[in-house]
Amino acid sequence: MIPVLFVAFAAILVVSSLLVILHRSPLTSALFLVLAFCSLAAIYLLLHAEFIGLVQVVVYAGAIMVLFLFVIMYLNLGRDVESGVTLLLRRGLGWLLAAVLVAEGVVLVSRGLAPGPATPPELGAAAAGNTQQVGLLLYSRYLFPFEVTSIVLLVAMIGVVVIARGRREAAPAGGAAPAAVRSGAAEPPGEDA
Amino acid sequence: MAALLRDPTVLVAFWALVKIVGILLVMLGIVAYLTYFERKVAGHIQARTGPNRVGPWGLFQPFADILKLFFKEEFIPDGANKVIFHVAPVLAVAPALTSFAVVPIGPDFFVTDVNVGLLVFLAMSSLGVYALTLAGWSSNNKYALLGGLRSAAQMVSYELALGLSTIGVILLAGSLSLTEIVEAQRGSFQYGPLALPRWFVFTQPVAFVVFLISAFAETNRAPFDLPEGESELVGGFHTEYSSMKWAMFFLGEYMNVLTISAITVTLFLGGWNGPWLPDSLKFLWFLGKVLLLVFLFMWVRWTFPRLRYDQLMSFGWKVLLPIALLNVLATGGVVYWVGSR
Repeated sequence: MIPVLFVAFAAILVVSSLLVILHRSPLTSALFLVLAFCSLAAIYLLLHAEFIGLVQVVVYAGAIMVLFLFVIMYLNLGRDVESGVTLLLRRGLGWLLAAVLVAEGVVLVSRGLAPGPATPPELGAAAAGNTQQVGLLLYSRYLFPFEVTSIVLLVAMIGVVVIARGRREAAPAGGAAPAAVRSGAAEPPGEDA
Repeated sequence: MAALLRDPTVLVAFWALVKIVGILLVMLGIVAYLTYFERKVAGHIQARTGPNRVGPWGLFQPFADILKLFFKEEFIPDGANKVIFHVAPVLAVAPALTSFAVVPIGPDFFVTDVNVGLLVFLAMSSLGVYALTLAGWSSNNKYALLGGLRSAAQMVSYELALGLSTIGVILLAGSLSLTEIVEAQRGSFQYGPLALPRWFVFTQPVAFVVFLISAFAETNRAPFDLPEGESELVGGFHTEYSSMKWAMFFLGEYMNVLTISAITVTLFLGGWNGPWLPDSLKFLWFLGKVLLLVFLFMWVRWTFPRLRYDQLMSFGWKVLLPIALLNVLATGGVVYWVGSR
């Protein structure tokens, strides 16, 4: 039963991941990415990593991809975006990255590194307290990377606030009557804390 | 094939399927009657009688409605994205149904008890956003698109407060399993002759209020029904939907109300805990509390005006979210202090 489910979800994962990069409409690509995240979550569940599996759905499928969709709909992206980089260069970079990835895979397999156990043994032993075990590991053995990650995220958040605020600072200080707000910057009135 | 049938997991899956179908049928019946209930409540709040022509006291009204919707014309607008237009109504119903799998209805009466039950609910409610957003986008209609975008922004914003408000309960119960959360609310506090049930609504009142308000927003019900705001957006995200596809959205809304009421009862109101009844009938307590909460949802809908969009956003981010965060800090502090004594 479990292997059957694994093969089914793995197949969905592979096909939907391929469609993410092969489909021409950005919105459809994004939706296939959601499907890929969900089937990946299902595979996590089959490996008894319940916490990771569901957090995968909550964070990636439920929050990040919604924001992606929001932007795609807001900008009404119909087709491929012109990024200014020539098609040839983009294709070249794509092939290069793919080659590196395949080479890494070949090296790993040739060294006999089969995929190891899905979860660290400490986690596998106490499947019932999965969440607790993840928490304990995060706050003990992996405390330093955990804190570094949170600092990186904090910096990103402050950066967003600074960029969003920047426009308002451009208006004359004193704030009596911002004579000319830059074109297109339709800001809600008031709330100048 | 024979080997597959002897696999114990197949047997487990079979009995789970039987349970799922049973609970599904009962839920669909309840949801059909919730539409009748809503119209009766609305009627009495507005000093009317509500539906009273089909059958005794209008009790057959839901069947008449379904029959009418079946025979309505199915309409798909030109330029709509057909596949997504068809998928969106299904997405409106599926997540709410899925979260019901982890709700403990009575002692030993649930589809499954996973050790991360609360996360299942949060994951499903975060997937619920897609239905409205995609419906709005695929309709190729500006009002529908505005409704869809509003729902995306609203649900992502209020989901944070919803998730954070549950952390207080998790800290007190020490588990993410909904069954264990209900167990943790068994018994009562004794103050001389007075007894107060050990429900988390009494130990986590702030979290309860934040959760309830976010629940109203998550289900897109008034005063948070901006995605469909009929006075400005025609019908919002479902403007272009008709017949049974429209009915699916309607079904999804009531299913969501039912599910989120059930989760609120489980987290804060003691689940199936209650006096007098034997264990086999405790599910009646659960059902009663859920229906009471559903009534609250309806009462609020027919007595409160709709918020303005910017008010909605600033309330979510500047009031609800900080309160939820402070509650997590305070609860964490108290739990640590009590634990270290």
